[in-house]
Amino acid sequence: MKKTETSTGMKVLLNVLLIIYAVFALFPLVWMVLLSFKSDAQMYNTMFVFSPTLDNYRQVLFKTDYPRYMRDSLIVSGLAVVVSVVVGVPAAYALARYNFKKKEDIAFQILSFKFAPEILVVLPLFIIFQKLHLYDTYLGLIWVYQLISMPLLIWVVRGYFEDISVEIEHAAQVDGYSWWQIFFKNLVPLIRPGLVSAALLAFIFAWNEFTFPLLLAGSKVQPITVAITKFLGTDTAHYGQLAVAAVISALPAIIFALVIQKHLVRGLSFGAVKG
Amino acid sequence: MAQENPNGASPATAALDYNTVPFKTRALPYAIVAPALIITIGIMIPFAMAIYFSLTNYSFRMPTSKIVWLRNWNDILTDAAFWHALWVTVKYSFFGIVIEMLLGMGVALILNNLKNWFSKIMRVALIFPLMVAPITATIVWQLMLNNSVGIVEHFLNIFGIYNFPWAAGTSTALMTVVLIDVWVNTPFCMLLVLAGLQSLPKSPFESAMIDGGSTWFNFRNLTLPMLKPSLYIALLFRLMALLQEYSIIFGMTKGGPGNTLMNLSLTSYQTAFQYQKLGAAMPYILILWVIINYLAKFIVNKQREANRQAHGLEE
Repeated sequence: MKKTETSTGMKVLLNVLLIIYAVFALFPLVWMVLLSFKSDAQMYNTMFVFSPTLDNYRQVLFKTDYPRYMRDSLIVSGLAVVVSVVVGVPAAYALARYNFKKKEDIAFQILSFKFAPEILVVLPLFIIFQKLHLYDTYLGLIWVYQLISMPLLIWVVRGYFEDISVEIEHAAQVDGYSWWQIFFKNLVPLIRPGLVSAALLAFIFAWNEFTFPLLLAGSKVQPITVAITKFLGTDTAHYGQLAVAAVISALPAIIFALVIQKHLVRGLSFGAVKG
Repeated sequence: MAQENPNGASPATAALDYNTVPFKTRALPYAIVAPALIITIGIMIPFAMAIYFSLTNYSFRMPTSKIVWLRNWNDILTDAAFWHALWVTVKYSFFGIVIEMLLGMGVALILNNLKNWFSKIMRVALIFPLMVAPITATIVWQLMLNNSVGIVEHFLNIFGIYNFPWAAGTSTALMTVVLIDVWVNTPFCMLLVLAGLQSLPKSPFESAMIDGGSTWFNFRNLTLPMLKPSLYIALLFRLMALLQEYSIIFGMTKGGPGNTLMNLSLTSYQTAFQYQKLGAAMPYILILWVIINYLAKFIVNKQREANRQAHGLEE
């Protein structure tokens, strides 16, 4: 029976392997943070020991347009998620509770948007957006971002609705509550943790999106993912500022991921794997 | 997908079966779903337009365009650039999926086996790279691999390796971009496998222990089949993303050096925006879409089958 118990030697080996992978996964992030506190003068002649400075942060936050790019990212990603929640949650409810013809087809149609190649969507949209004057606007990006946030929200929230017993609704119906009252007073509180985590994950995906804003927006609307590549092109000498830009772009997503940690697996797998 | 009953209707939905009630109630679910569909399908008009454009010589440089029928398709299928792009797409996806799945599974098995404080912290911390935007990750790695300030260069110098070419070398470029993809996305596979491992029922393992099966035997005949549904989900999401990868390659080399990293997405982008030939750009990406669609359906079916078998093992 000893065979299923892990021996001490094996345990040491597993720990060592885990440390190696952890270094690979986490060192780039640590190094990026270190770099963001390094002055340009120390960039080339120091490794880990240097006198930290906030100059790079001061430069990026007060002397460049970076706060504007952050605002654009926030507006586009935030409103995209709001639209998806308002429109997607009722759809998720319908797909969870009602039986109707083509239900699974519709659900899969929505899911398939997630897998559509981004370039395939972008090329015709580039022309449509210019004709409709949606090119380089908040509205245009918020619309196209629905391809990122809507499938996620509908599939994940649908799963949470399915977890709730239909008896709760029936009982409330018997007590004389209207459908709206039941939906907002009984169901929404029950799915709230799932809904919030799905919305935050959709926000992370939208925040990290690059291809859509690169090709469908220009100078007026510029999320940080697009702006950061410009730091690279024009300012090759200021590696510290580039690191600051990277830190600021990564930080919100990592914080949100920590918040929704318990629901992350379920969200990432669109409800298919319950974590 | 995973929680679905084979017959498609969950017990909860059966109780609210409105098929026998008047039209107004019957139409209700469609009315509720419609806005979501309209918003997303509005964006999908491009699909129809993409097919139309692929039959024209539409160009951003010319004011008018005319239908050329299958000329674009014919030109592309006989062009070496297309087959090169397809080959790059296949190579990138193959190495990406194999490394991400095996590494993700390995790390998940280790995390599941160790119960010390270090593994508990790593369960949370190892997710971080997945939350970094691929384009930001690309920039961080560019800094790391940079030959003047990059830390990797200093590390390699210890071993007497100087100016390793990374993304600039034709033979190392693919490895470099796959490395970044692996860095970002291995946690995705890891998370899904770990969730699968933690939801494994105890009883089959207990009876296997009584039978005295070896660890490897148990892994092959119990753990793996019961993990399969989660593995297929990881495979589905990762493979579909790898096949159409754009931002990491674009951020690193824009497809270079030369055409070394020009996959289908990048070739289509380049044909449309650099060569300004939108019509000719379409077949590349439409072919990719067909491949993705077919593979996605295939994997979803496999996943459902695996799910049924896994439930059979539990009993």
